[in-house]
Order: sequence, then C-alpha cells, then structure tokens
Amino acid sequence: MTDDKVIIAKDLTKKFGDFTAVDHITFDVKRGEIFGFLGANGAGKTTAMKMLTGILSSTSGEAKVAGFDINTERNELKKHIGYMSQKFSLYEDLTFKENIKFYGGIYGLSKEDIERKTGEMLERLGLQHIENTLIKEIPLGWKQKIAFSVAILHHPQIVFLDEPTSGVDPITRRQFWNLIYEAAEDGITVFVTTHYMDEAEYCDRISMMVQGKMQALGSLKELLTKYQSKDMDEVFIKLAR
Amino acid sequence: MIKVENITKNYGDVKALKGVSFEVKKGQLYGLIGPDGSGKTSLFRILTSLLMPSSGKATLSDYDTVKDYKKIRKIVGYMPERFSLYMDLTVEENLNFFATVFNTTVEENYHLIEYIYKMLEPFKHRRAGALSGGMKQKLALSCALIHKPEVLLLDEPTTGVDPVSRKEFWEMLKMLQETGLTTLVSTPFMDDAELCDEVALIQDGNILKIDTPANIAASYPHKLWKVVTENNYNTLKALDKLDGKISAFSFGHSVHLATEDRVPEDSIKKHLVDNNIKIENIEPIKASIEDVFMELMR
Repeated sequence: MTDDKVIIAKDLTKKFGDFTAVDHITFDVKRGEIFGFLGANGAGKTTAMKMLTGILSSTSGEAKVAGFDINTERNELKKHIGYMSQKFSLYEDLTFKENIKFYGGIYGLSKEDIERKTGEMLERLGLQHIENTLIKEIPLGWKQKIAFSVAILHHPQIVFLDEPTSGVDPITRRQFWNLIYEAAEDGITVFVTTHYMDEAEYCDRISMMVQGKMQALGSLKELLTKYQSKDMDEVFIKLAR
Repeated sequence: MIKVENITKNYGDVKALKGVSFEVKKGQLYGLIGPDGSGKTSLFRILTSLLMPSSGKATLSDYDTVKDYKKIRKIVGYMPERFSLYMDLTVEENLNFFATVFNTTVEENYHLIEYIYKMLEPFKHRRAGALSGGMKQKLALSCALIHKPEVLLLDEPTTGVDPVSRKEFWEMLKMLQETGLTTLVSTPFMDDAELCDEVALIQDGNILKIDTPANIAASYPHKLWKVVTENNYNTLKALDKLDGKISAFSFGHSVHLATEDRVPEDSIKKHLVDNNIKIENIEPIKASIEDVFMELMR
C-alpha cells in the first residue's frame, strides 16, 4: 500500500447464490479525498460498503482499507475507520456526554483524551448548553452532527457515511457538509453515499454503481464532459436508466 | 376535498403541530414540503383518522376525521413512510389482501393500477420482503389504490429512493392525477415541490408559505447570484466579509449568493479576487423553492 491511498480495491466481488451484488469493482481512494459513492437502489452500494468496512467478506478480488486487508485483518481495520449510517448509532437514553464517553472507551481513548475531545466538540458544534441532555431530546439535525463527530472521535484514516443527510432541512444539510469539509482538511478521508445530487457535486471525485459494476468514476468536471450533462442529476439519470 | 383548519397536536410538552391550516381542491396534486421533524407525519395520521388533533379540525370530502372516521377510512388511500406491506406475503397476495379488506377485488379496479402493476408483474410470486426499495414503493402504491380511493395520502414516498426511481414515481403520480384523483404528498426534497400544483412549506409545526411552486419561487425577496469558482468552501469563507451580503449557500458545484439590491456584480468580483478566489462564472439567477425555504428558515 502506498501512503497516499486509503482504499485500494481490485476486482472486488460479492455473490449471493447466483446473484452478483458487486461485480469486479476496481478503484482507489486518495488520502484526504471526499469520495462520492452513488447508485440506484439495489445497485450494490450497501454490499460494497459492508465489505470495505470489514463486516462482510468478499467472494473474490481483494481490497485494502487504511492499509488492512478487508478479509484477513478485519479487527485492525475496524480500529482505523469510522462509520455513520442514516440510522445514527447514538444511544438515545444516554446524554451527549455519556455517548462520547462510551464511544471514546470503545475506541480505547484515554480519560484525558475523552475529556479534551468532548470540550472541543461542544465548542465546535456550539452545543455547550446540551452536554447533559439525553440524545432522544435533541433535534434531528443536531443529532446528525453529533453522530458524525462521534464517528471521527478516534481520528480514523477514513470515515464511511451512508446517506448521512437523509430527510434533514436544507440549511442543516449544508452545515453538515461544512463538517465534512473540515474533517477532510484535517486529513480524514470521507467516503459518502447520498441521493441528493447537489451533494454529489461537493465531492472531489464521484463514482457511480450500476448493477454491481462501477460504471463511472471521475471528478465532477470529467463526468459532466464525458456524459455531456449540465449537472450530476443528468449524469445519474443517463447512467442509471 | 381536504380542509385543514387550525390543527394543533401536542405530545406532552412537545408541540408537533402549532396551528396548521390549508385546503386541497379536488383533483389537485398537493405537496407538503418540509424536513423530518416538521410535523408532516402527525398531520397525515390526523387526516387518516389514526390520531386525534389536540385542537382544530380537518375534513376530507366533508367528512370529519374524528366524527366520521369510518367513512374517512373508506375513501382514503394511505401510504405511510414505512410501507405497510406484509413482507411474508407475495406481491400478488399483498394486493389481494388489501382488495379483500376493502370488500373489492383486484379485477374491479385493475385499470387504476395497471400502469404501475405491469412493472411489478414479473415479480408477482416474490415475497414483498425480497423486493428492492423501488419495487416495494410501487407495490405499496398499488395497495393504497386498489379500493379506488377518492383521496390519496402519501407520506414521504420518495425518502431513501434514488433519483431515477424518484422521477418515475412522480410520473406515476401525474398519470394518476389524470384519473381525477386528489393527492396529498409529503417530501423533504425541495425539487419535488416543482412538480405539484400547489405546495405548503412546513417547518417546526408551522406552515411557512402556501402557493403555487412558480409563485413561491418568484416571492424570493433579494437579488440572487450564482457564483461558480474552483472551491465552494473557500468561496463561502470569503463571502462572509462581503459588504451587502445577505446569505450564501452551496448549491452543488456553485454558490447561491443573496445580496442587497445596491451591490453590483463588479464589487462581488473584486471582493472575491481580493480574497484570491478564481471566479469561473458569476450571473444573476432566479430563485428555486430551496432558496425560498432557506430564506424563510433564517
């Protein structure tokens, strides 16, 4: 693995019986990059993400994430990645502070580190007033920001975001993307799926899955030129239809 | 066809709906546009008689949602956000089940769902649980239509659905409208709003605005610019200090900048150049529904 690549996938494939969910995908993700992972429902995105996060083994092909093999070095891999899904993984019956303490503990952070990070996070998000509030009493938009901050608490090499902004209001959606930019500037690679095509355009490079294959990969400009489109919405429809 | 008058709904101290009123005319495709947590689902549950309002009143086809709940349930087709399909039944069995519950048959109203169901037919022996998201959505819509409702209520039918399936779904709604059906549909996607005859923008239990999509877009109160540069993040930072700036938000690879009327294009250009931003294009544009929604939220 070269230092400037956080994901290297080669012919990565997953079959369920006769059905090939992910079909020989080959791609790299560079360090510090915001990488968009698009596709229609059922195109194989979730299966590919599960393999890249060490939850599901591949049928054939190989991939290294954060320098670790997705099939043989799963435990190490999981320590160096972050993950946030649309159903956030925060504990609703714990307070903001307790959640951080819990996740910090799981990731093996020291007591001092957890305390420092909690302070930093509260300040960055401007949420000092809710540190002792139960998560279930916090509005959805804030929860999403907290869930993201928790997913990068241990400063992983790469964070996987699975439709992180589904259903939130347009302003919160944009604030969320500011957090993504900040994380990327901080050297954390971001791998993100979304159904909002304007968000796809915020990515450094965009990939598109169609029936298990990675049908397109490039910067926004490259894709717009290649598919003679005015925006990603048009590219998506041309490729998926 | 649907009349909502000053509806409120409280859950303990939480005020989910704070006095909502609007009216949907017969044959309209009406959009309720707003993010999660804005009160859309509470409102749908009140309209379908599944929930009582704390105050206010709603009628569908002149039937009161509280007093005439039995009538309401006969004339309404409802598709909740998490499709209420039987996952262990096949496509065909689900459809037959919903027809039977309403004392009708699939054959009797097949013409209503023919266009949609044709896409499902190859999978009619598959269990609903094994369908893709897009197919589940089509089946749920078929099941909501099979008793020939007068009013169709769709709660976030396109959430979690990819752009192509979303487009197809709206095409189906347009076709259904031609049969005279009245449809109320909620969505967090602002661009869906443009496909409705009339929309209500909702946020935190309050209606922000009601009008046709074109009028809503035209109501935007400021001068709006589309600014394309190499990097939105740096551009937004630089625009923070622009004299006469009202707001600036990313819209895909461009930034939408609202300014006071007095600000000329040249001074925006100069400000960006002074901040080492390379401008690819800058032009005045018309606002979209999303621009208006954000302006109303500010």
